[in-house]
Amino acid sequence: MMKFRFRRQGADPQREKLKQELFAFHKTVEHGFPNQPSALAFDPELRIMAIGTRSGAVKIYGAPGVEFTGLHRDAATVTQMHFLPGQGRVLTLLDDDSLHLWEIVHHDGCAHLEEAIHFQAPSRPGFDGASGLPSLAHITVVLLVAAGDMAALGTEGGSIFFLDVPTLTLLEGQTLGPDEVLRSVPDDYRCGKALGPVESLQGHLRDPTKILIGYSRGLLVIWNQAARCAERIFLGNQQLESVCWERSGHTVVSSHSDGSYAIWAADTGDSPTAQPTVATTPYGPFPCKAINKVLWRSCASGEHFVIFSGGMPRASYGDRHCVSVLQAETLVTLDFTSRVIDFFTVHSTRPEDEFDEPQALAVLLEEELVVLDLQTPGWPAVPAPYLAPLHSSAITCSAHVANVPAKLWARIVSAGEQQSPQPASGASSWPITGGRNLAQEPSQRGLLLTGHEDGTVRFWDASGVALRPLYKLCTAGLFQTDCEHADSLAQAAEDDWPPFRKVGCFDPYSDDPRLGVQKVALCKYTAQMVVAGTAGQVLVLELSDTPAEQTVGVASLDLLQDREGFTWKGHERLSPRLGPLPWPAGFQPRALVQCLPPAAVTAVTLHAEWGLVAFGTSHGFGLFDYLRRSPVLARCTLHPSDSLAMEGPLSRVKSLKKSLRQSFRRIRKSRASGKKRTVAGSKLQEANAQLAEQAGPQDVEVTPVQRRIEPRSADDSLSGVVRCLYFADTFLRDAAHHGPTMWAGTNSGSVFAYALEVPAAVAGGEKRPERAVEAVLGKEVQLMHRAPVVAIAVLDGRGRPLPEPYEASRDLAQAPDMQGGHAVLIASEEQFKVFTLPKVSAKTKFKLTAHEGCRVRKVALATFASVACEDYTETCLACLTNLGDVHVFSVPGLRPQVHYACIRKEDISGIASCVFTRHGQGFYLISPSEFERFSLSARNITEPLCSLDVRWPRGATHIRHPRAT
Amino acid sequence: VRREDCCQHLDSRQDLFELTHSAGQSPFGAEFRRFSLERSKPGKFEEFYGLLQHVHKIPNVDVLVGYADIHGDLLPINNDDNYHKAVSTANPLLRIFIQKKEEADYSAFGTDTLIKKKNVLTNVLRPDNHRKKPHIVISLPQDFRPVSSIIDVDILPETHRRVRLYKYGTEKPLGFYIRDGASVRVTPHGLEKVPGIFISRLVPGGLAQSTGLLAVNDEVLEVNGIEVSGKSLDQVTDMMIANSRNLIITVRPANQRNNVVRNSRTSGSSGQSTDTSLPSCAPPPEPSLEPGEDDSDDDEDIVIEDSGEPRQIPRAAPSAESLQSLTQVELSFESGQNGFIPANEVSLPPVASGAGTEFETRAPDQKLLEEDGTVITL
Repeated sequence: MMKFRFRRQGADPQREKLKQELFAFHKTVEHGFPNQPSALAFDPELRIMAIGTRSGAVKIYGAPGVEFTGLHRDAATVTQMHFLPGQGRVLTLLDDDSLHLWEIVHHDGCAHLEEAIHFQAPSRPGFDGASGLPSLAHITVVLLVAAGDMAALGTEGGSIFFLDVPTLTLLEGQTLGPDEVLRSVPDDYRCGKALGPVESLQGHLRDPTKILIGYSRGLLVIWNQAARCAERIFLGNQQLESVCWERSGHTVVSSHSDGSYAIWAADTGDSPTAQPTVATTPYGPFPCKAINKVLWRSCASGEHFVIFSGGMPRASYGDRHCVSVLQAETLVTLDFTSRVIDFFTVHSTRPEDEFDEPQALAVLLEEELVVLDLQTPGWPAVPAPYLAPLHSSAITCSAHVANVPAKLWARIVSAGEQQSPQPASGASSWPITGGRNLAQEPSQRGLLLTGHEDGTVRFWDASGVALRPLYKLCTAGLFQTDCEHADSLAQAAEDDWPPFRKVGCFDPYSDDPRLGVQKVALCKYTAQMVVAGTAGQVLVLELSDTPAEQTVGVASLDLLQDREGFTWKGHERLSPRLGPLPWPAGFQPRALVQCLPPAAVTAVTLHAEWGLVAFGTSHGFGLFDYLRRSPVLARCTLHPSDSLAMEGPLSRVKSLKKSLRQSFRRIRKSRASGKKRTVAGSKLQEANAQLAEQAGPQDVEVTPVQRRIEPRSADDSLSGVVRCLYFADTFLRDAAHHGPTMWAGTNSGSVFAYALEVPAAVAGGEKRPERAVEAVLGKEVQLMHRAPVVAIAVLDGRGRPLPEPYEASRDLAQAPDMQGGHAVLIASEEQFKVFTLPKVSAKTKFKLTAHEGCRVRKVALATFASVACEDYTETCLACLTNLGDVHVFSVPGLRPQVHYACIRKEDISGIASCVFTRHGQGFYLISPSEFERFSLSARNITEPLCSLDVRWPRGATHIRHPRAT
Repeated sequence: VRREDCCQHLDSRQDLFELTHSAGQSPFGAEFRRFSLERSKPGKFEEFYGLLQHVHKIPNVDVLVGYADIHGDLLPINNDDNYHKAVSTANPLLRIFIQKKEEADYSAFGTDTLIKKKNVLTNVLRPDNHRKKPHIVISLPQDFRPVSSIIDVDILPETHRRVRLYKYGTEKPLGFYIRDGASVRVTPHGLEKVPGIFISRLVPGGLAQSTGLLAVNDEVLEVNGIEVSGKSLDQVTDMMIANSRNLIITVRPANQRNNVVRNSRTSGSSGQSTDTSLPSCAPPPEPSLEPGEDDSDDDEDIVIEDSGEPRQIPRAAPSAESLQSLTQVELSFESGQNGFIPANEVSLPPVASGAGTEFETRAPDQKLLEEDGTVITL
């Protein structure tokens, strides 16, 4: 029955057409750093880089703005990626032994990444047909030979298979089994032992017929595939990890599980060669961990580079994530905060060049990408224009500021440049420059603010496809914290060997959880902002272009007022540093308000024109005049029977010590899981797992989950949490006079509206007269359904939301209609309601929960422009529900317009992190390190538009095989 | 009882109303009449008695006549004196009750008899209504507050039951729990197991248990007219809580033996309970459950102006609407509630009567809905 209600509304064909012109849902681009990267590849011809992830995603990056994303149908880990040089094609190997060929294809002038064909290695041959044929199970390495026409696949069984790449079909009869290789090996080396899995396959830059094969046991073979014979054999006896063939082909470098690497001469001496020319354990003599990968890069100067990962002394530095760069006598041990996945150098690959001359080293880590300039002395890091580690400290909140004025933008950029001096342009520019960004210059500047656990607020350029870091505001310096100087002490205690150098910015361990940023608000016209944190600290800051030394005034505001019988059991307030403090150029604190009890701030709003900041916690809300530095109002919202509100979030969860311990445990765990791959034991593990499954009770009768059906009552716990605060110039007391008002909504459906007496600024003057601001309670609304109030907005006489502070007085926005009747839109978790003002009576409403069974998580008013007509816009209410759906409603009619499934409902952190923009876009976290950007608007879409000049070899036709379903 | 008796004839031009309650052969059959009298010339009691018999078309039935005085007490009218006194108290309405003499409950007359009812008329008559402790009497049906009802018997399959729970205040919990489960459905592919929502537990003493209309393992099919299939347990929970002030649940009872079976022999759509052989009344053919109806509900938010007295937030009604028309709305709503059956007498035939009054209450609701603007009712 209920369904018809919506159908009838949608029956108007004109409205339907208009809706299509206004609304469309797209997930456009993923910002940040891919979660759980597992593979890396670089195409030196096109200068593009690919990153594969454990969830099967393939991401290709070139110049800023050039991005391609693909996702394997099976969410298997991408273990290896190989570019077909210059072709814009990449071959991926997943851990389910399937190979996939991806292509960058152009549609309508724009390039997209698409999967062309895939190949599933035939599973283990049947027992009857075994007949000694080697099995293609467990591909360990892939090598592209002959300009990518053919691929060699090394397997765990020691065999090498050959594959025709354009069609991904096995080339029968070319398979090279270990027995064939063993025939060329002296008997005493053979001694009945298997060669083990193929650990490495390397091609020769100039001679595609030769392949360097490295077996796990240590044997290295240069195999001539054309002649099908072993040209040279190196009888290594140390377990092999990786091999690098120097570009001239004269030298072979092998790295081993004992932390050593060996150099073999490939052009002289006898074959088989029994001993390497050099074997060294760089971090010896004590036992070292394996060197997982080694690269040898030659230079014209004769001082070649040896770059390797791992190899650290097991006992003292076995837990470090290191890449060592050695050139002649210079050794730098790059010390990273997360696991090394892979690395490559950007160097010349033209066969006619004699030397590699590496320009840059790119290291992919579990949590970030670091690029070092190898041509500038000191090998400085090159700031990345994208792939920013958003989660360098965990994101605790985010906010979007649209239409940032050019002046503020320039000031923020300049403050950011002073923070991290940009290296001199020229040699050390970003080396990954492939493709062209075809997207138009963004019409407006969008700023994304992220608050972090360590008390920082990061400013990101969210105008385009590449999310670029602009500026970082650090609030921790204002407070005395327990863990200070811990880092510097640890640093000093270290020896100067190995020569560690800390690189990268991923640092997830917060000094003090109380520093965490809970809410952020920025006034884009006055460059004033408010940052509120976990310990009830509310900081008002202002952008300054010059460094300054100043004392920050601290005011405390008791939100409990005179309520008796409450004792705060949570964390203590942060103690501010007294006296003048030096502040660099950028946002500098003007005032600090401390809420008491020091519970986390749950809502904050700023009105720079009135010089007021309002903030709320689980106990009440306060209003502070930061121009006069005096509190205006404090109101307790606690229900007398609410006991939970007095327990801090941290007292119940964990102590600081415990959290540190847990983080260390986490590190160890991630290291343990980061083992390169399970070798022989995997079958045993599988069998064990199966046994364990069988042994367990087959179907445990799970007690069904049941839900109590009871309406909310007034005395539910945490009912006093202030959920939203709002300033508006509207009619509260009578229909004749409008004036400043402040609105607060709580978790239990209460709305408080205060009429404010703000001394008016003298015409033309910026300063407000020195008179106290007064607040008088005008209205108190109790929503009968008692659902938490998530947003409040006042609509003018035309039903449009009131402009932001300063927009009206500075003619930056259309002035609101102050003649007609205003209305207030109150959005709770269950319903949207519009009430008339000043007499509060219900005008329209929509009961979302009663109809759909979903609850409101985020709402925002957004302006939607039509694709058909540039001037036509509508203001609508965008809403994200607990099921991850996005609904759009008309305002003030509150009629449902469209809805889309956006986020999986299980993805609670994604739903909690969602932030809408003013123009119908939004962001949410798809992993701790990535924002997904989506748009609801049919017109305002920010998506990658780029092209890449690919070259198809020998006019190869574009083969497209029908995909198996 | 004649079906048309449930209609009201309202005429706003009249200056004196009379509301008559007649206890008919059905304990819940109530008839309402409004008519006017000249206040200055009321005439004699015999004429008035005759007029009542004429108005109600009961010329040969002996009745007792009573009226509600300014204190809200039910007092008899049986001579010219108390008749004139009664007319003089009309302010501007006079509420008259008539009962059949053979069924008359004489104890109904006296002090405080009408006070228990939160009746609009009582309030009109006596705005300073204060509560005194009533002595225990077996009350008239309108003294009961409905707590639950079975509705839409005529349009639902016999295997289903649509139950309405009335949640007043917070003194009594709704008192039930729901869970996930599997139910077997007949589909084109044969029998299939599909996920469903079931009642898992009834709280002793809760509203759900006290009605006797819901039981553990009943499958929940709809909540306030919205099908729950395809919705998660949490979604259904949220829907029920959001509708908790006027919750209408359609269930397929686990115990199918107490279903209301419609008897096609009696008439097109008359209903009969399998538990009882009592004759039943024909329900009106219209479905009584309108999805939009819940929008006219109860959940009026409270606003406190300038820290003064709380008031209910009124609907933004057109200013043309007079106080009188508002009174009408409330009047008819009240009569609708009075028509509901007490919970423990469910199996009695007046199920249909309940549905009938339900139908009646809808007219003003629809008017409100149109004003509301959010929804368009079918």
